[in-house]
Amino acid sequence: MTVPNMYALVGVGLLCMGLYGLVMHSHLVRKILALNVSGSGVFLFLVALADQTPGPTPDPVPHAMVLTGIVVAVSATALALALACRIQQVNGTLRLSDNEPE
Amino acid sequence: MSLNEVLQPMSLPAWLVALPLLAAGLSVVMPRCSVWTAFFSAITTPFLVVCLGREIFFHGSIEIHVGGWQTPLGISLYADGLSTAMLGVTALVFGIVTFYARPYFSGHAVARHFWPLWLFLWSALNALFLSADIFNLYVTLELLGLSAVALVALSQTGDALTAAMRYLLVSLTGSLMYLMGVAFLYAANGTLSLKMLAIVGPASPSVVTAFALMAAGLIMKSALFPMHFWLPPAHANAPAPVSAVLSALVVKASFYILVRLWVMLFEPSIPAIVAQLLGILGMAAIIWGSVQALLAERLKLLVAYSTVAQIGYLFLVFPLSLLPQVGKTAWQGGLYFLFSHACAKSAVFLAAGTVIHTFGHDRINELHGIVRRLPVSMFAFGLAGVSLIGLPPSGGFIAKWLYLNASLSGGQWWWGVLIILGGLMSTAYIFRFFSRAFSHSEEIVGERPAPRGMEWTAFTLALCSLILGLIPGSVIKMLEIGNPF
Repeated sequence: MTVPNMYALVGVGLLCMGLYGLVMHSHLVRKILALNVSGSGVFLFLVALADQTPGPTPDPVPHAMVLTGIVVAVSATALALALACRIQQVNGTLRLSDNEPE
Repeated sequence: MSLNEVLQPMSLPAWLVALPLLAAGLSVVMPRCSVWTAFFSAITTPFLVVCLGREIFFHGSIEIHVGGWQTPLGISLYADGLSTAMLGVTALVFGIVTFYARPYFSGHAVARHFWPLWLFLWSALNALFLSADIFNLYVTLELLGLSAVALVALSQTGDALTAAMRYLLVSLTGSLMYLMGVAFLYAANGTLSLKMLAIVGPASPSVVTAFALMAAGLIMKSALFPMHFWLPPAHANAPAPVSAVLSALVVKASFYILVRLWVMLFEPSIPAIVAQLLGILGMAAIIWGSVQALLAERLKLLVAYSTVAQIGYLFLVFPLSLLPQVGKTAWQGGLYFLFSHACAKSAVFLAAGTVIHTFGHDRINELHGIVRRLPVSMFAFGLAGVSLIGLPPSGGFIAKWLYLNASLSGGQWWWGVLIILGGLMSTAYIFRFFSRAFSHSEEIVGERPAPRGMEWTAFTLALCSLILGLIPGSVIKMLEIGNPF
């Protein structure tokens, strides 16, 4: 197996691990971390794609996508953490209660 | 730069994204002028959409490369009949709801945060409908999700914050799955442009994987049953103008992406059974959403569950469009459904917001005889209800008529039965509220009078959903431009 292929597989693995963590954990900070793990998996997969093109120079398009994706992930994480802080202040817990509003 | 240069046809799509974005930036910097920048945007953006519509009506669809950068590194914007119609309904709903939001938020401290987010949301929607490549669609989806979540959290009550958090987690998961699908498509075809992807060869395992990932992500974001759990709390706890555009437009944006991808890329390579499965999920959504709406204790929750049901109708378009010879009718029906539901549902949410504003609560069982206090709002609710049920002469009727036509002439009559059953169930939940609202009651306690602007904006939107029923010919002609189907 080539090195880029291995990176791509690890990327898929990270995505699945993150999604598993997101569903299984109830603590909000753990959920947010799990989403970030998933995001890193997708980015790793994209970086591995850059090696597909023939020739010594890698394809710049996946790199541009990863850079944009990182910016989006940082702002999404910031919003999620800010929301988690407010939930802690208002509800006194960092878990989403399971009972829906009436 | 003269006005003619600014308004030259090729720069119209760029202005449609830039104008609300500039207004949003301005309202962050100068919060005191934020209402006026929003009003400015609410008047000029629909005007630009009309200019764009006129342009593509006479000269066909247009594509521009922003800043002169070609693909793959530049960003291109593309406008055909479908995207212009989506821009049009967005401009209509946002334009009218903006005038509702001013009295709704007047004197509230949150208004300061509302206006910039509102304009960001508008800009994200416009950019999404104009995107010509699948990665740009991802970025606009995220922009849309982030501003929508922030708007849901605006009231900062415990319920609203929890609903916003749940919405954010679902939205981010959906986008990540969509992005993974983008990566698979790029790996298989080496391009991101929708147009280039449309002409690439036969199905490969990576295209099928890409479809599975993208469809799963977009279904989560459009709240199709069984991924609808986040929608009712989020839409019921948001401020009324926000609930209106979330139900009317934001859930439809991810449905729009799925339609585009399906028509341009996936239809030939995905087995027909998948379309049937999407239709069956839609059927489950119609039944489940209607039953929950019938059981809801609160008016806004009733309306939110009605949205869950109506999203089910949208997904019936996938099995119906595969029937021989009626594919086009089915697509027209699906999109007509989208437009009329956008107008009707935003009107209903605005009327429900007026009820809460006036009486301080929305417990259906305690709203006896409110029609005497809020005649215009209840009239708007009724007109919009006509469209939601699908009675003539409304947009909802045309949509259901096109669907029924497709299902009967295509030989799959059971979808037709479901459509009629769904109409009956929506009649039941709308009249459950009306039987209270119109009942005789001696004392009606209202805390404060409803501003007239709030009542009449809801009425205007409800009227639009009826007018859609009178002009089906021109709307369908518009949709045909550039042959999106």
